[in-house]
Amino acid sequence: MMEASSTTAGQEAAASGRNAGGNAGDIAFGVLARLAGWSILLVMAGIIIVLVSGGWQAFSTFGPGFITSKAWNPITHHFGAATSIFGTLVTTVVALVFAVPFAFGVAFWLVEMAPPALARVIGMAVQLLAAVPSIIFGMWGFFIVVPFMAHYVEPVATRYLGHVPGIGLLFRGAPYGTGLLTGGLILAIMVTPFICSVMADVFVSIPAVLKESAFGLGATRWEVMRKVVLPWSRQAVMGGIMLGTGRALGETMAVTFVIGNSNRLGWSLFAPGNTIASLIALEFPESSAGSLKLSALLALGAILMVISFITLACSRMFLQRGIKN
Amino acid sequence: MSAQKVQAGATDGWQRGGAQAVRRRIVERLVNVACSIATVVVLFLLFSILWTLVTRGAAGLSLSTFLHSTAAPGSGGGLANAIVGSCEQTLLAALLGTPVGMLTGIYLSEFSHDGKIVSFVRFVSDMMLSVPSILVGLFVYLVVVEPAGHFSGMAGTLALAILFIPIVVRTTEDMLHLVPRAMREAAYALGAPGWRVIVSICLRAARGGIMTGILLALARISGETAPLLFTSLGNLNWSTNLNAPMASLPVTIYQYAGSAYDDWVQMAWTGALLITVAVLATNIFARWWLSRNGTASS
Repeated sequence: MMEASSTTAGQEAAASGRNAGGNAGDIAFGVLARLAGWSILLVMAGIIIVLVSGGWQAFSTFGPGFITSKAWNPITHHFGAATSIFGTLVTTVVALVFAVPFAFGVAFWLVEMAPPALARVIGMAVQLLAAVPSIIFGMWGFFIVVPFMAHYVEPVATRYLGHVPGIGLLFRGAPYGTGLLTGGLILAIMVTPFICSVMADVFVSIPAVLKESAFGLGATRWEVMRKVVLPWSRQAVMGGIMLGTGRALGETMAVTFVIGNSNRLGWSLFAPGNTIASLIALEFPESSAGSLKLSALLALGAILMVISFITLACSRMFLQRGIKN
Repeated sequence: MSAQKVQAGATDGWQRGGAQAVRRRIVERLVNVACSIATVVVLFLLFSILWTLVTRGAAGLSLSTFLHSTAAPGSGGGLANAIVGSCEQTLLAALLGTPVGMLTGIYLSEFSHDGKIVSFVRFVSDMMLSVPSILVGLFVYLVVVEPAGHFSGMAGTLALAILFIPIVVRTTEDMLHLVPRAMREAAYALGAPGWRVIVSICLRAARGGIMTGILLALARISGETAPLLFTSLGNLNWSTNLNAPMASLPVTIYQYAGSAYDDWVQMAWTGALLITVAVLATNIFARWWLSRNGTASS
């Protein structure tokens, strides 16, 4: 508040000695900056309006049943969102199950254990992983990870986990290699650097006194992390995880390559499926303008928009609260 | 027991004997090992990706990759049209997005006296930063491609610009916040009008950081595939016409990687190698540049 008023005071002081040219420049610059800022609102509003109005035909044809219907049949014109919403959520959950522990481990190692020179290099390498284009993850996943999953991971998982009551259901089925599990794993690799960099930033920003006093009491690094750093940075860490979730939900190319594109809904993680984004990428080129199918795809886009909007709003809330602490 | 005491004496003082202390030490060791393994696994994945790209991509790399356009399977060809199309769309998107992004960043940082709407613009811009890129492609398809009746390089450019702008907004605002207040006040005291202070003092002081942000944004959009699928579509022939479908490296990779022809798959790997090298080199350069020129404001 103090700072803001001091700027205004400075601007007023300047204004008194300002010539007419400066004043006109100020007005023009102000108009330009405001136009640019408000154009962002326009684009965002445009995206929402276009998706919702484009999907309206599907929403009004199928009603609320669109979200719960498992159908996707271009011949009989029956479309539903359930399978692809299910696929989106399952791959995202799988991604988080793997990405969060790894991101935490790497962040903990970078901040607490690594020698500073090494931490800089390795931190940079992790950031580079985040910069690799998603299509590369897709190709690498399709040619390297899918055969690996089909030959090693999935048969072994079926053999040892398939008979466990409860979770065994997840690990049964033919080992195609493509499917929800592979999609989730590729997403995990993609979002790990994002979550990791937020975590590392937060872990570094904790006041040194807090950590030092815990170390002074004889706590180990792990105890300091678990009982001092994590409680202190809980909100911001959650924000980072949500940020990664948002990315995983909307990722298209990497998933499209490995998901197997099948309209199926079941317990097995090995089964091919689809996500909202992969379904749009694969089916859109085959749907004609004005058709019900196109409208259904746009409706799916609107649903994806809503899901990622909620995730990101949560992420922002957590991060802001975490930073205020 | 005595051996344990000797060991405890040899290490830190807090490690006394007793079951609880032993357990704490074991847990600490296990966590250390687990974290190191996690780091090694993540690094291994990065190297696996790079290694795969180099071994598979380098085989198809030759001069004709850069000189010839994509051709039918079995008849050679290169990626020239895709490379040029990618460069054209990416650079035009940056040209289109940089002024808008920087002005918006300035608006967020310097016009906070506008009230609530500024934080709303900030909120929306942050949302746009994470909108799934395929939805941007759908949006541009419905707004530009469908009314025009055909796919075009211009539409692709527009989709990339929409992804580019929020990244520049974020860096510009962050970097302007780092400019010391005293510097602005000194300029105001000399009688400079508000816009001169922003353009000649603040932006000048923050230019290192903003340039880095622009480079990183450029790297990010040059690898985007999803927003181009429904906008610039891809083109098998040489074309630099913005009003016609235009090829790009990521879309060509996507089309070729899924094909049944060995030489097309090979071409996809070569394209993948090219785009990854370009993106990572830009990233490394931008970060190196930032660390050297630092926050120019200080």
